[in-house]
Amino acid sequence: MRTLDAVVLEAPIFADLDAQYAEQLAGCSRTVGFEAGETLFREGDPADVFYVLRRGRVALELFVPGRGPITIETADEGEVVGWSWLFPPHTWHFDARAVTPIRAVAVNGVCIREKCDGDPALGYELMRRFSSVLLDRLNATQVRLADLYGGSHGR
Amino acid sequence: MAAEAGPSISRSALPEPYVVRRRSRETADTWTLEIAPHDGPPIDPKPGQFAMLSAFGVGEVPISLSGRGRGGSLVHTIRDVGEVTAELCRTGRGDMVGVRGPFGTEWPLDAALGADVLVVAGGLGLAPLRPAVEALLERRDSYGRLILLYGARTPDDLLFREELDGWREAGFDVQLTVDAGTPSWPDRVGVVGKLVESAEFDPVSAVALVCGPEVMIRFTVAALVENGISDDRLYVSLERNMKCGIGHCGHCQLGPVLVCRDGPVFSWDQIGRWLAVREL
Amino acid sequence: MNNKDAPDRVISLAGLEELVGALRRRGYRVVGPKLRDGAIVYDELDSAVELPVGWTDVQEPGSYRIVRRDDEARFGFAAGPHSWKQYLLPPRVRLWRAQQNGASVTIEEEAPHDERYAFLGVRGCDLGAIAIQDRVLMGGRYVDHDYAARREGIFVVAVDCGDPAATCFCVSMGTGPAAESGYDIALTELIGGEHRFLVRVGSERGAEILDDVSHRPADDADREEAVAVTERATAGMGRSLDTDGLHDSLLQNLEHPRWDEVAQRCLACGNCTQVCPTCFCTGVEDAADLSGENVERTRVWDTCFSVDHSYIHGGSVRPGTRSRYRQWLTHKLATWEDQFGTSGCVGCGRCIAWCPVGIDLTEEAAALSGAEGGSNENT
Repeated sequence: MRTLDAVVLEAPIFADLDAQYAEQLAGCSRTVGFEAGETLFREGDPADVFYVLRRGRVALELFVPGRGPITIETADEGEVVGWSWLFPPHTWHFDARAVTPIRAVAVNGVCIREKCDGDPALGYELMRRFSSVLLDRLNATQVRLADLYGGSHGR
Repeated sequence: MAAEAGPSISRSALPEPYVVRRRSRETADTWTLEIAPHDGPPIDPKPGQFAMLSAFGVGEVPISLSGRGRGGSLVHTIRDVGEVTAELCRTGRGDMVGVRGPFGTEWPLDAALGADVLVVAGGLGLAPLRPAVEALLERRDSYGRLILLYGARTPDDLLFREELDGWREAGFDVQLTVDAGTPSWPDRVGVVGKLVESAEFDPVSAVALVCGPEVMIRFTVAALVENGISDDRLYVSLERNMKCGIGHCGHCQLGPVLVCRDGPVFSWDQIGRWLAVREL
Repeated sequence: MNNKDAPDRVISLAGLEELVGALRRRGYRVVGPKLRDGAIVYDELDSAVELPVGWTDVQEPGSYRIVRRDDEARFGFAAGPHSWKQYLLPPRVRLWRAQQNGASVTIEEEAPHDERYAFLGVRGCDLGAIAIQDRVLMGGRYVDHDYAARREGIFVVAVDCGDPAATCFCVSMGTGPAAESGYDIALTELIGGEHRFLVRVGSERGAEILDDVSHRPADDADREEAVAVTERATAGMGRSLDTDGLHDSLLQNLEHPRWDEVAQRCLACGNCTQVCPTCFCTGVEDAADLSGENVERTRVWDTCFSVDHSYIHGGSVRPGTRSRYRQWLTHKLATWEDQFGTSGCVGCGRCIAWCPVGIDLTEEAAALSGAEGGSNENT
């Protein structure tokens, strides 16, 4: 069986991470599973974890009164779910629901934050990687604001 | 990708009367018409080509071929966005429309022989790609992996949903994504470019066929290039104002090309530079 | 096309009248320059006396006026507001009519144009323009049926240009001032001494028509005087355009600040495209009668200066004047070559004179390509 740090390193966001950092990350991690339809977290709840998806699809949902939940983003194998643990007030902004059965590594955010505070080099390295992914997400979201498919094109 | 011999000289400006055989609704504002010649043989458009469709007394618009019906009849999928398209979408069985064409370049299905093919569509952009999907499946064994990446605003905006499963069974890896999902939506939510990252293809030899609104094309091409597909194996279908379809009216210029005559299907190394210039 | 076997001839003023008569007898409608509404325009001529005898034009950016000459020259002027495209690619042409009876439609193509025109007084620049439109409308995979029918029948009487305007630059574009090809006969108006015309024959038809026109063989003095006319005209070009490397430099400067500057002045009126002898953009108008049973499609001149020209549902590709002026100029001087294998400009200067704010194409092109050039006034 592979060690947890090897599993962590499989995620693109942690590719080529220094072995000692991977070990620190693994020290805050555990493997988890969810059934299809199960909730990973809910809007407003304390955010103290993020998930590195190993298998399955997660839907991030926003509950709109009158319309019910709408899915604003999905995450698949290799992707990270959950950013709210990074910054105060450390509460979730969306619901996360398993669309399919999920296998994931759950990383304890409180644990990681403490390690980062104690080792700014680790903190910088992780923040650099998280920022890069967050920027990609932000770009993708902004592209969708342009109404990619709806505007022009009459054929 | 050279087109077949076109209509005769004198007829290229003259519409042929076609009869509407069938009309079906695709989405809230989009309809598919199946039309057949009133008399005389049907034209024979190739995947990627378009025809000029007339609503008599109202006007004429360029519409890509979106399929073929029984007896060689033509299938066109039309979004109701203006006076002429509204009139075309309103026609019923037995009504007459005018057809000129076929015009323009084809999807490079021969150039892609032996290679993986990525078909990337946004919104209504699947319509001009459907004949390519069908042609690829007709010669399934002549190609490598066949991948369809299709994005739309919502699940209700997806075209040809009942056919997607059939394409899957016939050998297409079909990946769908929408901008906003519902709890029952099993596929992805996010931009279509994100599907490129997780698609499995050989970046060295794969050929990509892209159609959708121009902004979608831009972001999708960026994702394709980032994932190793070179400019000369990346093809897009462009839309410009077309009045004549035969390179004579000047409306569809994009820098050095006339989209109706030199396109609508272009390779990215041919057109990318010009598409990057704003308001060209 | 120059018929080398046919020797040059000389005809008199009376011979010019005989030429008009000979053309009319052969069924041609003779179209040539005529004074109307304060300009020299093209119109149907019954006789050579209708030519603008003793008139010339004075042209500057944004300015065109006619003044008397101190001689009786028949062709002593440069390009006016009209060009021959009025006749070959008319502003409005019905393409077809259709009748709807219940569920059936009968579409009837417009009968091909059957009038034959003789163009009298076609300049080198305009011969170049006709050759360019030939390429656009007949030189590709599709032939414009209506244009081809009109073009087919024309008889071309070219006249070497002896009086270029300050807005002219045909020498830069290689189209004039002398007529080089594309004519049935070409005249050089010789005013010194006996008022006469040197005649060059360019086709069988041209040689044949001269059988009906009194003429004598040209001598060395006639030929020398004709050469001098062209030399004088060449030296009198008001403007120049350096076309060397122009295609690439324009396309490398698509974001040049000069586009913003010219857009401040440009009214996007489209005058330049109407007077340009090569501009070919057209649109179509479909119309139905009240019953909806009779419908027709008409082709009309369009201009790339209109917002609608590039409209695709949702908006115009070129909403701003900057991008529309850029489209016009880069098309004319650069991308036309990519599309049709020739420049879209013949150096007639009409766009300069008829621009209401006097935008000078040669000046803009020079500024945009970083080259010297433009007006020759100070040289």
